[in-house]
Amino acid sequence: MTNKTRKVMSVSMILLLAIITVFLISLNMGTLKIPLAEVIKAFNGTGSEQNYTVLVHFRLPRMVIAILIGAGIAVSGAILQSVSRNALADPGILGINSGAGLAVVLYIFYFQGSSFSSGVLSVYIMPFAALLGAFLATFLIYTLAWKQGVTPIRLVLVGIGINAAFAALIIVFQLMMDPNNFMQATIWLSGSIWGASWEYVYAILPWILLLIPLALYKSQNLNVLNLGDHTATGLGVKVERERRTLLFISVALAGACVAVGGGIAFLGLVAPHLARKWVGPRHQGMLPVSALIGALVLLVADMIGKNLMAPSEIPVGLVVSCLGAPYFIYLLIKD
Amino acid sequence: MQANHSITKTKTYHPKTAVAVIVSGLCLLVLAMAFSIIYGAANIKLSTIWEAFVHFDSSSTAHQIIQRLRMPRAVAAALIGGSLAVSGAVMQGMTRNALASPSIMGVTAGATFVMSIGLAFMESASNTTLMLLSFAGAGLGAGLVLLIGSLSKRGLTPVKLALAGSAVTALLSSISSAIAIHFNVAKDISFWYAGGVSGVQWVNVQLLIPVSIVGLLLALGLSRSITVMSLGEEVATGLGQKTGIVKFLGTLLVLLLTGAAVAVGGTIGFVGLVIPHIVRFIVGPDYRLIIPCSAVMGALLLVFADVAARMINPPFETPVGAITAIIGVPFFLYLARREGRGL
Repeated sequence: MTNKTRKVMSVSMILLLAIITVFLISLNMGTLKIPLAEVIKAFNGTGSEQNYTVLVHFRLPRMVIAILIGAGIAVSGAILQSVSRNALADPGILGINSGAGLAVVLYIFYFQGSSFSSGVLSVYIMPFAALLGAFLATFLIYTLAWKQGVTPIRLVLVGIGINAAFAALIIVFQLMMDPNNFMQATIWLSGSIWGASWEYVYAILPWILLLIPLALYKSQNLNVLNLGDHTATGLGVKVERERRTLLFISVALAGACVAVGGGIAFLGLVAPHLARKWVGPRHQGMLPVSALIGALVLLVADMIGKNLMAPSEIPVGLVVSCLGAPYFIYLLIKD
Repeated sequence: MQANHSITKTKTYHPKTAVAVIVSGLCLLVLAMAFSIIYGAANIKLSTIWEAFVHFDSSSTAHQIIQRLRMPRAVAAALIGGSLAVSGAVMQGMTRNALASPSIMGVTAGATFVMSIGLAFMESASNTTLMLLSFAGAGLGAGLVLLIGSLSKRGLTPVKLALAGSAVTALLSSISSAIAIHFNVAKDISFWYAGGVSGVQWVNVQLLIPVSIVGLLLALGLSRSITVMSLGEEVATGLGQKTGIVKFLGTLLVLLLTGAAVAVGGTIGFVGLVIPHIVRFIVGPDYRLIIPCSAVMGALLLVFADVAARMINPPFETPVGAITAIIGVPFFLYLARREGRGL
C-alpha cells in the first residue's frame, strides 16, 4: 500500500465515521425528539408504533436520499471540473440544474394537470424528464460557448446567461400554476428533499449505483484529460470521445439528482475542491472522497435546514448555498 | 483590459442622431403608454379614457380603473425602465466594464434581501420604509460585489464582476428565501419580486418621480465626467478630474435609481445591461448623449415589456422580469462570447 493510498483510506474512514455519526444524530433530531435508545427499540420492534413510523417512513428515506444525492452531485461536479479544466464549474452555476428544473416544471405542468404531488409512476419518470432538460441545457451551453474551442471562462459566462433564461421561463410556468403548486414548486426548485419517501430512493438508486462506479472506472482517463489535450492525445486517449462520455456521465448524475432533490448549487463546486485539497488530484482517490464529502455536507445541511428554524424547514439547497457561496467568493478572491 | 476597447472604439459622435433618438423615442413612449392604458381586461373606449383625464368622475368604474390602476402602472413602467437604463449606463461608464448593470452586480439581490427582512420583522412597514430598505439593500449588494473585486488580486475584470455578482446573488437570495419561508412572507416577497409594475399605486409613483428626476439630473450633470472616466482612470486624473468625487456621486445616483426601481418594480433584469449598449452603438461613446437616450429607450422598453406581459397569456400576467430576461439573455450571451476573447 503506497503512502497516497493510505492517505485516501484514512481520509475516507474519517469521513465515513463522520457520516455515520451525523446519521445517528440526525435520526434523533426533529420535531419529535427520539432518543437513541428509543431508535434502537423501534428497529428491534419493541418501540412505539409512532416512533417506528416517523423513523422508517419519514427520516430514514430522507437521509438516504441526502447521502445519495450529495454523493451524486459531488461526483458530477468533480467530473465537470476536470473535463472543462475549470475550477469554477458546478452543475448549479453552469445552468445544468436550471435546465433540469425547467423540464420537471414543464412535465408537472403539462402531464400532471394541477397536482404537484406525484403518483407512483411519475416518481420514476421525473428523473428522465430532468435528464432531458439537463442534456438540453448542456448542449445549449456548449454550443453557445463554442468558438474555436471552449474556454473555461466563456463556459461559465454562457452558463450564467442560460441560467437566467431558464430561471425566467421557470417563473413564467410557475406563475401559471395554482398557488399551492406554486409554493411547492418554489420549495422544490430551491433544493429540497422534504417530500422524500422510499419511492424516491428507489427512483434515484439505480442512477447513482450505475454512474458513480462508471466514473470511478474512468478515473485514469480523467487524470490524463486533466493534463491538457495535447498531453492526453500523446498518451493515447481519444480526447473528444472521452470528454463526451465523461460529460454525459456528469450531466446524467446532475440531472437525476435534480429530479429528486431540486436545484442544489455549489455542492458540486465545494466537495471536489476539498477532496483535492485533502488527497490530491488523482481521481482514483479524489472521486470517492468527493462523494463522501458531498454526502456528509448534504446530510449536515439537511439537518441544519430541518432544525435551525423549526417548525418551518429551510430547503437544503438554501443551506448549501449559504455555506458554498462564501467558498466560491473565497476562490474568486484567491485566484 | 482589452475587452473594454470596444466601448471606446468608435470615436464618432452623433449629437443629431441622439436628438432624433430622443424625439422619436419620446413620441413612441407616449404612444406606448397610451396603448398600455387602453389595453386591459376591462374594455374601455378611447373617449372614456379621455374623459377620465379631462373630467374625472369618481362614480364611474371605468374612470376608476384608468385613474387608479392603469395610469400609475404605465407611468411607473416608464420611470423604472428609464432609471434602470441610466444606472446601467453610469455603471458601465464608470467601471469601464461591459457587463456592469444593476442585476448582475447584486444590487437587486441586495434589495430583495433587505426587503425580505423588512417584510418579516416589520409588520406594518410603510411604502416609504420599504423604499428606504431597498436603498440600503441595493447599497449592500453592490458594496459586497465591489469589495470582492477590490480584494481580488487582478482587480475587477468583467468576468470576475459577473462571477462575484452571481455568487453574492446566490448567497443573499438564499438567506432571503430562508427568511421568507420561516416567517411565512414568501407569498408577499414573490409577489413583489416577480410582480413587476402590476400592483403599482399612485403612492409608489409619488415616491418614484422625485427620485428618478433627481437621479437623472445628477446623471446628466455627471455625464461629461463619466465620459472622461470611461477613457480610463489615469487619463481622467491626467485631465484634472477629481475621480473620487465623480465615483462617489455616480455610486450614489446608481443606488438611488436602482433602489427606487427595485422597491417599486421588484427584479427586472437586463434593462440596465442591454439599453446602454444599444444606445452606445447608435450615438457613440459620449455619455452626454448616452444618458438621456438611455433614459428614453429604457422607459420605452419597459412600457412595451409590460404590455407584452399582459398580452402573452391573458388573463394571467407574465412577470415582466421574465420578458426582459428573455430579451436580455441573448444579448448577454453575445457579450459573453465577445468578452471571452480578451480574457
